[in-house]
Amino acid sequence: MTITTDSTVTLTVPPESRRRNPVPLRGDGAAAVGFLSPMAIGVLLFIALPAGLSIVMSLCEVTFGGVTFVGLANYQRMLGDPLFWRSLGVTAVYALAFVPGLTILSLSLALLVHTEYLGVGLWRALLLAPNAISLVATALVWRFILADGNGTIATVANALGVPAPSWLGDPGWALFTVIAISLWSFMGFYMLVMVGGRQDIPIELYEAARIDGAGAWAQFWRITLPMMRPTVFFVVLMGTVIGLTGLQSFDLVFVMTKGGPANATSLTIYYIYQQAFQYGQFGYAAAMSTVLTVIMFTTAAVFFRVTNSGRFDVDG
Amino acid sequence: MSMVSHAGAAVTRRRSRVGASQIARPVVAGLISIVVVSPLIIMVLQSLQTDSGEWTFENLRFALTDSQVFRWLLNSVIVSVSSTALVLVIHSLAGYALARLRFRGREMVFLGVAATMFVSLPVVLVPLFVIVREMGLLDTYVGIVVPTLFGGFATILMRQFFLTVPRELEEAARIDGCGHFQTFLRVFLPIAKPAFVSVAVINFLASWNLFMWPLTITSDSRLWVVQVGITSFQTQYQGSWGYMMAVTFLSALPTLVVFFILQRYIVASLKTSGIK
Repeated sequence: MTITTDSTVTLTVPPESRRRNPVPLRGDGAAAVGFLSPMAIGVLLFIALPAGLSIVMSLCEVTFGGVTFVGLANYQRMLGDPLFWRSLGVTAVYALAFVPGLTILSLSLALLVHTEYLGVGLWRALLLAPNAISLVATALVWRFILADGNGTIATVANALGVPAPSWLGDPGWALFTVIAISLWSFMGFYMLVMVGGRQDIPIELYEAARIDGAGAWAQFWRITLPMMRPTVFFVVLMGTVIGLTGLQSFDLVFVMTKGGPANATSLTIYYIYQQAFQYGQFGYAAAMSTVLTVIMFTTAAVFFRVTNSGRFDVDG
Repeated sequence: MSMVSHAGAAVTRRRSRVGASQIARPVVAGLISIVVVSPLIIMVLQSLQTDSGEWTFENLRFALTDSQVFRWLLNSVIVSVSSTALVLVIHSLAGYALARLRFRGREMVFLGVAATMFVSLPVVLVPLFVIVREMGLLDTYVGIVVPTLFGGFATILMRQFFLTVPRELEEAARIDGCGHFQTFLRVFLPIAKPAFVSVAVINFLASWNLFMWPLTITSDSRLWVVQVGITSFQTQYQGSWGYMMAVTFLSALPTLVVFFILQRYIVASLKTSGIK
């Protein structure tokens, strides 16, 4: 951090203390407390405290009646709860499809709309528009489109004489449908991120490649993808956080499937909510949140490690 | 455009292929965009139809005159507007301190702020609910708004913006005898309009669209925001898709309007924050 000398501060700091502490970081301390305190109080009360309390609660039986310390009982219960394991499996499938899906779709769309041409501003806006509406509205619109019998797709399929699957009613299709809708909702935003990354690549690299006779395919693999590694890393990382602990999976599942059919869409986030707010199992829900958070941070840490903090220069 | 024509000039024998791609790109991009946005078009078209398929404004009129829907929309306006106002104050102050003040532990505070972005609501939902309940804020506007104000993204965006302000402006204010708060108010606020609009747009959309938190802490239907309210219609108006889509369309209309008018600020915020 560079500290630029500030005449006012320099004058007020006695030469004695300046010699001992050449970087007068205490200069604006009092003011900083004032500027930061609304944010700091809020973060402590509504983010740090709940994060800490989550661990404490996970060691307790918390009911509307009171709190009893139960040690690791909630964690033991998790081990023998088939619905918890099922939900972790559903979450894993969700994340394993969502993260690559999000990365590939947002990158492909970005490569389509990163240059200037007729209507490109409008196309970008339309691609981003699904991200502007709420996930509740998204879920309701898609419930109509996918409704069995009188939904848009069913009507079209009927007219064509093709059978349409029960997108949300068939346990084999429901999770796939929720994943596809999540991607529809998020891909536009990450496309914008990717457009930024693509536009940062110096144009000279492509000119040189063309002179060397590299075709579009070679240019993509040799220039575009390597140069966009940090952006791709960011999208993969955010996709993972969203995929494992994001709000969207809860909102979509709550409105569209309630975890069904046959628990096919019971993501861990949703199962935690059910345990807490339908069955009043606050301690058990907190324990599952803690495990899910650990899984999320472990996965993120592995990504940082494997890619050398997103620089990808492990072999170089 | 410039890049494509440049390529054509550099490699003449590829001119015909470049010409084809100049037409292909807008066509392909246009088709894909229309397919992607078609669910929103379907929503609007369905809201203008009766269940037997005739065109009508009755669904929208019925939705607009439903006192419950009106109340939920009003609640959403109260929540999103107050949330956005508070976010602007809290995060511009914090962002200014992290960008312009020198104090011990600044790096630590910054890391702490950045770390909040990894703590998503679902993982702290249960303890947060307990805290808010103990504070006696269940079924209150304060309870809906305040706990959601402190995600670090807005602070980081403000900080990145304030870092770009030339030091000379600040020094001039100091020489005129301004303290830190006066400098912030008179020098930094007036030029921070783009950053403020970016934060306001992003926060308005996020807070209008929030569902899980208001669902968790409000049981009184008079305090429901529109997102919570319309999900309760699902069973009530099952199968009545024209009306459901009309209500859904109304709930999404404010965000669509804000988005289409101010979307360039979303793009700008990605650049300012350093994400891209």
